[in-house]
Amino acid sequence: MTKVLLGSEIEDILRSNFKNQIEAAGEDYVQISNDKSLDLFNYLKIDQKYDLLSSVTSVDRISHFEVVYHLTSLQKNESLVIKIKCGEGRIDPKVKSVVSVWRGAELQEREIYDLMGIMFEDHPNMKRLLLWENFEGHPLRKDFVS
Amino acid sequence: MSTELVTMNIGPIHPSTHGVFRMRVTFDGETIIDAEPIIGYLHRGSEKLAEERTYTQVVTLTDRMDYTASMTNNQAYILSVEKLSGITPSERGVWLRMIAAELQRIAAHSVAIGFLINDLGAWHTPLLYLLREREKILELFEMMCGARITNSYLRPGGVFMDAPDEFWPSLNKFLDEMPNRLDDIENLLTDNEIILARTQNVATLKKDDAINASVTGPMLRASGVDWDLRHRNPYDYYEKISFRRPLGTVGDNNDRYLVRLHEIRESLKIVEQCLDLIEPGPVKPEEVPFLVRPPEGESYVPIEAPKGELGFYLVSDGGIAPFRCHVRAPSLINLTLLRDMVIGYKIADLFVTFGSIDVNMGEVDR
Repeated sequence: MTKVLLGSEIEDILRSNFKNQIEAAGEDYVQISNDKSLDLFNYLKIDQKYDLLSSVTSVDRISHFEVVYHLTSLQKNESLVIKIKCGEGRIDPKVKSVVSVWRGAELQEREIYDLMGIMFEDHPNMKRLLLWENFEGHPLRKDFVS
Repeated sequence: MSTELVTMNIGPIHPSTHGVFRMRVTFDGETIIDAEPIIGYLHRGSEKLAEERTYTQVVTLTDRMDYTASMTNNQAYILSVEKLSGITPSERGVWLRMIAAELQRIAAHSVAIGFLINDLGAWHTPLLYLLREREKILELFEMMCGARITNSYLRPGGVFMDAPDEFWPSLNKFLDEMPNRLDDIENLLTDNEIILARTQNVATLKKDDAINASVTGPMLRASGVDWDLRHRNPYDYYEKISFRRPLGTVGDNNDRYLVRLHEIRESLKIVEQCLDLIEPGPVKPEEVPFLVRPPEGESYVPIEAPKGELGFYLVSDGGIAPFRCHVRAPSLINLTLLRDMVIGYKIADLFVTFGSIDVNMGEVDR
């Protein structure tokens, strides 16, 4: 069975080097700050062997947005969830792109930008994926009216 | 000698693009020097639509994502709903949906292999051999739930009805015949010199690159990574089942073909084991209501779909409809490396490589 790490276990992994970056820990996830998030992800990938980025997705929480990363370690057969809060007050949501860490995020981040309107800084090709370029708005936002 | 570069649009309406896929490809003579996938022609906004439907109604939307593998789409979604709302499925329901999922895998891999061979230029004959076998599975599905492609067979807690009595002899007949049909197909294709020449060492994908690009499913196993969620994270009753996991060595188009072909044989064995273990009983617990109302929370249960890791990330706010429903679509993510894989090869290798990735546009665009 793939072991799904609890929030407290993820905290234990991160506490030694990234204590200041942990914003909150839920039952089965840890919320981290956007600053220096790439260092943290690189640590998880290289030192902790979370080599497969299962999925990147986003949630519109009305007051803010959330980017959710599901990471899997093929060697250890473990998975964990990291969240980044962005766009407080629905204004200008943006997070750092993880494409330089995991190539697998490339199309997924473009999809999030397209449908949820979250910008990914330093993404090699940040443009809409599914909808056409002149499309107005981001359909997965809760305030989108077609 | 280099020639003037030519940029060409291939698709979205093209027989080899398996639906409405478009590529903007730049050629130097016949050699590909750049390729950019352009997608979205089949985008129906399934994730948004799911937010306005009840948990049970969303099952019908999942059918229409990867429409060659509706049963496994149902399974991934239902497992996520069950985890979110804490429903324990009834035993017979789980065995029935495992049988359905493995039959679906055979059908989906048959389509993948058939169209791959079609893309190689072996027009229609091998494809029709494989589609004939798929047709038998679709007939079995019709017996199970009345539908052939858009099944909507699964419900939270199991399946919506038991398979009828005449289903079981038909299934046994299919299981008896299929290995011989596979032998025929292997005799026809596997050692065929033209196929070997066209697929071996074409578009090789290395282990580390594949993992780094989140490639999953038969494509990852063709690159030699032993990662099958049925084995590593057994959902439903897969831990009671034993099966082999065919692996590739080189990670080229030929390996991707072989892995799928061998997986069909393993799926047949899994169905046989399910038949030994299934017992009479209810297919769905009585107490599961039609209107599921999960508590606040979120769930993500990845499963091994024919194309790769498929999972539904569901967020509930305690209402009758999902607050957010995200699909981790293996078809889309497996396309990440298409550009890297085809650069430097000839135009004729482009479609073979695209076919060997085995994407389904319904799932890419959702």
